[in-house]
Order: sequence, then C-alpha cells, then structure tokens
Amino acid sequence: MSDPTLTGKPASEPRIDPPMGLLAELTHRCPLQCPYCSNPVELERRSDELTTADWQRILCEAAALGVLQVHLSGGEPAARRDLTELVATCAEQQLYSNLITAGVNISPQRLAELADAGLDHVQLSFQGATPEVTEQVSGLRGAHDKKRAFAAEVRALELPLTLNVVLHRANIDQVDDFIALALALGAERLELAHAQYYGWALHNRSALMPPRAEVMAALAKVEQAQARLKGRLAIDSVVPDYYARRPKPCMNGWGRQTLNVTPSGLGLPCHAAQRIPGLEFWSLREHTLADVWYRSPAFNAFRGTDFLPDTCQRCERRDIDFGGCRCQALMVTGDARQMDPVCEFSPWHDDIQTLAIADSARDAAFAYRRFARRGE
Amino acid sequence: MSDTLTDSTVVRLPRGVRMRHDAAREGWVLLAPERIFQLDAIAHAVLENVDGERSLARIVDDLAAHYNAERSRIHHDVHALFRALIERGVLETV
Repeated sequence: MSDPTLTGKPASEPRIDPPMGLLAELTHRCPLQCPYCSNPVELERRSDELTTADWQRILCEAAALGVLQVHLSGGEPAARRDLTELVATCAEQQLYSNLITAGVNISPQRLAELADAGLDHVQLSFQGATPEVTEQVSGLRGAHDKKRAFAAEVRALELPLTLNVVLHRANIDQVDDFIALALALGAERLELAHAQYYGWALHNRSALMPPRAEVMAALAKVEQAQARLKGRLAIDSVVPDYYARRPKPCMNGWGRQTLNVTPSGLGLPCHAAQRIPGLEFWSLREHTLADVWYRSPAFNAFRGTDFLPDTCQRCERRDIDFGGCRCQALMVTGDARQMDPVCEFSPWHDDIQTLAIADSARDAAFAYRRFARRGE
Repeated sequence: MSDTLTDSTVVRLPRGVRMRHDAAREGWVLLAPERIFQLDAIAHAVLENVDGERSLARIVDDLAAHYNAERSRIHHDVHALFRALIERGVLETV
C-alpha cells in the first residue's frame, strides 16, 4: 500500500512508464460560460470533433497501453450524443469512467442509461453555493436548481458523487456554504480547487484572483472542515499557487502519468500545453495513442528533469515537483524550461506574487467563455 | 461509518471503488474517484476475500488456513489494511 511505484516497463519502450489516466475532452461545446474554463481560448468546433468510432478506438488503445482511469470531460461531455456508447466502451475495456459534468443537460433517463452502461463515478461542478452566484459565474439562468436536481438523481441511482468547485474572487467567501451543500446533496467528496491560471482563467485573471487574506481564510476553513468531517465527507483542496512558495507537481510530471486528448484528436501532455510555442503535437487521427505517448515530440519535450536549471538539479524536491508547471514558467519567465516561478527559489518568484496582488485589487468584469465568431 | 474495527466487523468496497488486475504494471490496483492504489501481494490477497458478507475474524481464519500462516500475524495485517483503507475512503463497514 505504499505510494505508487511503477514496475514493469514494456521491453520495447525503456525509460518511459505507461500512462495511468486519460483526460478525454470529448467536446468544447458547453451550456455554461465559466470565465475560468480550462479549455483554450480558441475553442475547437463541433465540425472538427472526433467520431464515435475514433473515440472507441482511442479508448481501446488506452486500455491496452495501461490507462486505468478515463475522465470524460469537455466542455460538457453530455453535449455528445454518443456519451453512453463511450461509457460502455470504457466498461468493456475495464477502464474506470469518471463523468465530469455541469449537470444541466442530462435527463434522469439518460443518467440511468449511463449508469447501466457502467459509469463508475460522477463529478459535478458547482459555480456557486447559491443560485445567484452559480448564475453569475456560469452565465446560465436556472443552472443551480438543475444541478441540485441532477445531484439528487445521481444519489438515487447510488452512483458515487464528487462536487467540484473552482474557487476565485466571486465565490471564495462561500467555502462553508459549499461544504454544507456537499453534505446536503449527499456527496462523498468535495473538491475545492482554486482557479489555475491557464486558458480562459488566465484571460480573466484580473477578475478572478482573490486577495491573499481571503485565500488564507478559505484554507483555514477547509482545514477545520476536513478534521470535523473525517469519514463523512472527503474534502480535497487545491491551493492557489500564485501565493504559494512551492510549485505544484504539475500533471505529476510531464508525460509521466496522464495524457489529454482534445475534441479534434490532438494528444497533449496537459490541457494548457498548446500555449507553449514550438511544441509538435500529434493527432490521434493519424497516430496511435502509444505513438503519441512514447514518440510524439511534445511528450518528449519535457520528460524527466534534465532540462531544468541548475537550481533545480541541486534541489531535494526535484523529483517531487519536477520543477512545477511548464506553462507557468513560460508565461512569467518567457522560457518553458525555467523552474515554475511559484517556487521560492525562482528569480521570478517575486514577480508572480506581485502579479497576484495587483490582479486581486483590480475591478475587472468577467469575459465569459464563448466560441469566437467566424473570422474573429 | 464506524471507527472501531472488531472481529465481527464486515467490510466491503464502496460503490465507485473497484479492484482489477493491471497488466501493464503486472499487479493489482484499487480504482477510486480520482485515485489509484497499487496493491502489494498481501493487500491483494486480503481484498480478494472482502465480499461484504464475511466478518473480519472469518477472513482472518480463511487466510490463515489457506496460507498455513500464524493467525495473530494475519489478524494484524488484515486489521492494519482495513483501517488504512477505511481512512482513505476506499473501504466501508457494512
């Protein structure tokens, strides 16, 4: 029961372990318009999406490659009419299927079909703990009540339920209310994840960044609740790393455990990787998943830690956080090979703190997530 | 969920937690929401006996008989494993 230690590598592929998780971004279509969406600002269109057969092939290849868990995500994955078929494929392949949904467009009957097809787990997003905040953040009227009703259906089918909340300036004062909501809805788990500033969230950083004092107050509330609710509700907390001293072990290492496939079939080491210029991503339309994982240039660009600066090479945390996030390094330092500027040993550490403090004091409005108009 | 484990405690995998063989890494795993636990040989042998019906004592007896091993040692291992997995939310008392 020790920490995951991977053993047994394919003989033909020395050095690189097989992936454990696949984030399947089935579509970028979504009824919500959350301003912190992790999708890229340039969304992929329906006409570019993979077919059902494409995804089924990818899921089978994933299982053969060693993937154990599949996160069916988006956009809103239920915007795809073939979602049940894809869940069934996961079940056939013994892949643990996790549906990551906004919960506003799945009828009770469809949810029952998904459960029958073998869905293992539902992760439901809440943008606010009250109808007003959920509507303000998601841009969808009536969203909150739909989500509550959906959660009740999930419980009625005895599917395990996790609530996922992205925390930011407009809802960070609701931490206790989110915990109460999770208990009221009978969820087993609650994820309170501070916004990570990529994609739309980066675009909206000055509208989302909370002041440091509010972040600290929220963390204290979470810690109290974790102790109080042990055994009743598991609360996972993702800290806002701009205010941190140590970087997150982004993706648990680049190309080390998980991969991401976009709606049009691009294989990415993380969902924000397309921001890094010069990386060559391979498409699942032309390559197998094994090729993408083991041989595509983007996956091999930052594998391991050899590319990191000397400070990291001497650091006892090198093999714990892998120098943090490549995208964040690029954003702040201009060089994706630098250590994550969140790290207190980074020469840019003060810059990212200054950015956070400045953004938290701005009075910016949300730029809601939407598809660009043609020709825009 | 009870905090105390006794000989009569019956446990099971909660909904959303599955045990399966992991061919790529030549082992067994527990799959849970957002988490994967790689099982060592002892944990796998114990969990194979978790069926939501047999008590902790009965599982210990069966393992002791099957492996021809010292009962007190098996009891210790089973107890420790159940406690650890319950604390992580991937095992529940019936």
